Amino acid sequence: MWIKTDDKPWGDEILASEITPRALFEQRRRLLAMAAAGAAGATLTPWFARQALAAQQPHGAKLAARANPAYTTLEKRTPYEDVTTYNNFYEFGTDKGDPARHAGTLQTRPWTVSVEGMVRQPRTYDLDALLKLVPLEERVYRMRCVEGWSMVIPWVGYSLAELLRRVEPLGSAKYVEFTTLADRKQMPGVSSPVLDWPYVEGLRLDEAMHPLTLLTLGLYGEVLPNQNGAPVRIVVPWKYGFKSAKSIVRIRLVDKQPLTAWNRAAPREYGFYSNVNPAVDHPRWSQATERRIGEGSRGGFAGLFAPKQKTLPFNGYEQQVASLYAGMDLKKFY
Amino acid sequence: MRTTPAPMLTSAGLRRLKVLVWLLALLPLARLVWLGTQDGFGANPLEFVTRSTGTWALVLLCVTLAITPLRHWSGAHWLVRLRRLLGLFAFFYACLHMLLWFVVDQGLDPSAMLADVIKRPFITAGFTAFVLMTVLAVTSPHAVVRRLGGRRWQALHRSVYAVAVLAILHYWWHKAGKNDFSEVAIYAAVVAVLLGARIVRAWRRRAQAVKPPGRAGGSSGSDGAGGSGAGGANDGDRSDSIAV
Repeated sequence: MWIKTDDKPWGDEILASEITPRALFEQRRRLLAMAAAGAAGATLTPWFARQALAAQQPHGAKLAARANPAYTTLEKRTPYEDVTTYNNFYEFGTDKGDPARHAGTLQTRPWTVSVEGMVRQPRTYDLDALLKLVPLEERVYRMRCVEGWSMVIPWVGYSLAELLRRVEPLGSAKYVEFTTLADRKQMPGVSSPVLDWPYVEGLRLDEAMHPLTLLTLGLYGEVLPNQNGAPVRIVVPWKYGFKSAKSIVRIRLVDKQPLTAWNRAAPREYGFYSNVNPAVDHPRWSQATERRIGEGSRGGFAGLFAPKQKTLPFNGYEQQVASLYAGMDLKKFY
Repeated sequence: MRTTPAPMLTSAGLRRLKVLVWLLALLPLARLVWLGTQDGFGANPLEFVTRSTGTWALVLLCVTLAITPLRHWSGAHWLVRLRRLLGLFAFFYACLHMLLWFVVDQGLDPSAMLADVIKRPFITAGFTAFVLMTVLAVTSPHAVVRRLGGRRWQALHRSVYAVAVLAILHYWWHKAGKNDFSEVAIYAAVVAVLLGARIVRAWRRRAQAVKPPGRAGGSSGSDGAGGSGAGGANDGDRSDSIAV
């Protein structure tokens, strides 16, 4: 874009008729400028509008459920758009928007969950059997991610204990291991070495049998969106979110503590228990506070400056679950 | 390497270029302001805006670091006239990035901030880079260059290399928690190329310097040593003394 001022733009040898009339070249310049501005505008428009992802999300089929007031927090619910577009589900990519973008390829029917291991009655349940096992309940739980943010989500499902009782755990069973589907064809993230696939999570048997532990089939009165762990997942509201395994294909009762995915990847950062605990920091950040997603006006300046809130022990479920850990040093068993 | 004379830039041309740099460099900010009014920050506004400003600080830092290699490669010495502006824009986005962390995330609490700097290595790296950038921004006016003297100023401003390495480290460690280096690897490669170009050039110049004097003149007129006489080359030499 340099300009040579000492050069004469035209000399005597150019015929007057060859010179473009001023009006014409000015018009050309205007057209060029408009074309450039138009091209820039067209390129920049999507960059200036990030709404598309939330607007695109199709709603799932309705799922009839009866509200369970005993397990319903009265806090403001996180908007459906946020619950379904801000997810950690690495099988579909590590960006929070990746699951909503890429989980459309997940086939949730037919789907079976094999319940096996140290049980008297091992069984494989198909999705319809799980949906009809007992009447569905709606429960509104707080969800606290280990990364320092939280949501309030109305889930649909029933206590995992209902399922576990039916397969009759043996006396030797001490833990429950959950395995998530890991299919490269349906899950683009499984091709990247972020974690050792499949994703495995685990609970102690008494944690798994606790009435708060929810076998989950829906949210906001609809079947689970794929990005939220369709068609069936668990929700353990007093533990960090990653303990709540998604898109489960196998539930196995075992006698040894399962080697869980995040514990294996970074044992110093993610313990087997991973109970929400403001007194035990993550090695790289504090867990004392959390950012509630969807506070303030959604996604604008008010949301940007919304204050954080204090994180509660066991995510506010201390009364219900603290007895499970009586006598345990929770700083050691983080 | 260069055989054609360096292209010149008139002051009017420079002014127009600077206006263009201003417009382009302010686009990311304009976008954020627009998204803020349209509720377009998504589910986690602080995370989104912090990442956006951090990304643009790094992009502009890379553009700033690209000026000198581009200048040597193309012979377009006027590029150096844009370097300070670009560097200051990189600092501007780094300021926004840092202020969001300090004001919104840490709630303006210096002890919380200090604890975060100590506890989280990726913040230690980012914070150090920011402190260094502040020193560079403060010493960027021409008056300060004159006061410090070209050599000292240049030595000081070489710390922009440390800023780049720290910024990559900051980003790398941030992504380490998720084992996801796909994006940060691209920035790391860009910074490696930009710093590598300087190392290669320094080696070449050293190799040239140790050659016997009779030979050195014969090898395809490398710039710098000897001075080729033309006004354009002088200009280049002068700006070489403050090249970073």
